Amino acid sequence: MKRVKRRYLALQLECEGVPSEREFMDAIWASVTKLYGEIGASLTGLTLIDFDSVRKVVVIRVLLVSLPSVRAGLAAVTSVGGLEASVHVLSVSGTLKALFQTFTAYV
Amino acid sequence: MNRRCVDLHLRANPQDLQVTQRLIERAACFGYHTISIPLSAQFEDNQIAPLRDACRQAGLDFVSRVDFKPRNQEDLMRFLRKNRRRLEIICIVCDDKEIARQAAKDRRVDLLSFPSLDYHKRFFDRAEAELASASLAALEVDVKQLLVLEGPPRVRLLSNLRREAALAREFHVPLVVSSGVSEARLMRMPRDLASLCYLFGLNETEAIDAVSTNPTALIQRNREKLESKFVAPGITLIKGADTH
Repeated sequence: MKRVKRRYLALQLECEGVPSEREFMDAIWASVTKLYGEIGASLTGLTLIDFDSVRKVVVIRVLLVSLPSVRAGLAAVTSVGGLEASVHVLSVSGTLKALFQTFTAYV
Repeated sequence: MNRRCVDLHLRANPQDLQVTQRLIERAACFGYHTISIPLSAQFEDNQIAPLRDACRQAGLDFVSRVDFKPRNQEDLMRFLRKNRRRLEIICIVCDDKEIARQAAKDRRVDLLSFPSLDYHKRFFDRAEAELASASLAALEVDVKQLLVLEGPPRVRLLSNLRREAALAREFHVPLVVSSGVSEARLMRMPRDLASLCYLFGLNETEAIDAVSTNPTALIQRNREKLESKFVAPGITLIKGADTH
């Protein structure tokens, strides 16, 4: 069986307050679902890996094939938990180790 | 080599220095190299210098630009005659077919913008693309509407943009993707801006070119033309004749 390739994304959340993990993931799912529908969203393999509420840095995992669509979905996020927000992709990597090495330079 | 990312359409009011300064700082923070804040059609030359200084302090290159919405063809020609040598970028906002055609034909026009959401008021069809291709005009797409619209209006907009992007590709019309935002919260990093182009059918290279290579080439070409040494495309004055 062919191995499933994944990518890890480090995201910077920008908003006034501090939303919960749940609110953040709901906002991403809502954005992706609005753009691609429920079937399209289910094919992205979106998973939360780490949520740093102090630095507002989030790590998620997606399937490599759906990376461009998820990136567009992330850029289209304008609110999280009822607060105006934006999500910026800091870094993309194939392994968590490499991801943490690269994105720590940004934050 | 690092790409120089450009946002040619930050819609700040140049009179509101606080908001303008915030947008400039944010653009610098996001890694843009060059930005432009459009001036009104009745701009004064002294409005450009403060913006250029503010951008220089933030480490950005500023490009002077005006968005003009002509009433008719004569109005467009009058504006171009008067202002072409004063500005680096001229964008014509087209909401009339005759104006759109005239703007696409004229080599003095740099950017064509079709802001209307109505399919019947977006005139970037095959004829327009062919004219724009011959005159080296580029098609500008603002992503702001993709961020603020929802539901059927966004679906219609995406459908229009997909058709226009396909035509631009077919006729080799450069596509310039800008933010078109007036609020800092809607600003996106260059790579995120490019990723939104996936929604209307651009591949990764085309999308990144639309926020870097295409606008940079446009700016460079116009700056060369505005230099005193410029004679004609490909001809520059190297040394003046000695007069005795």
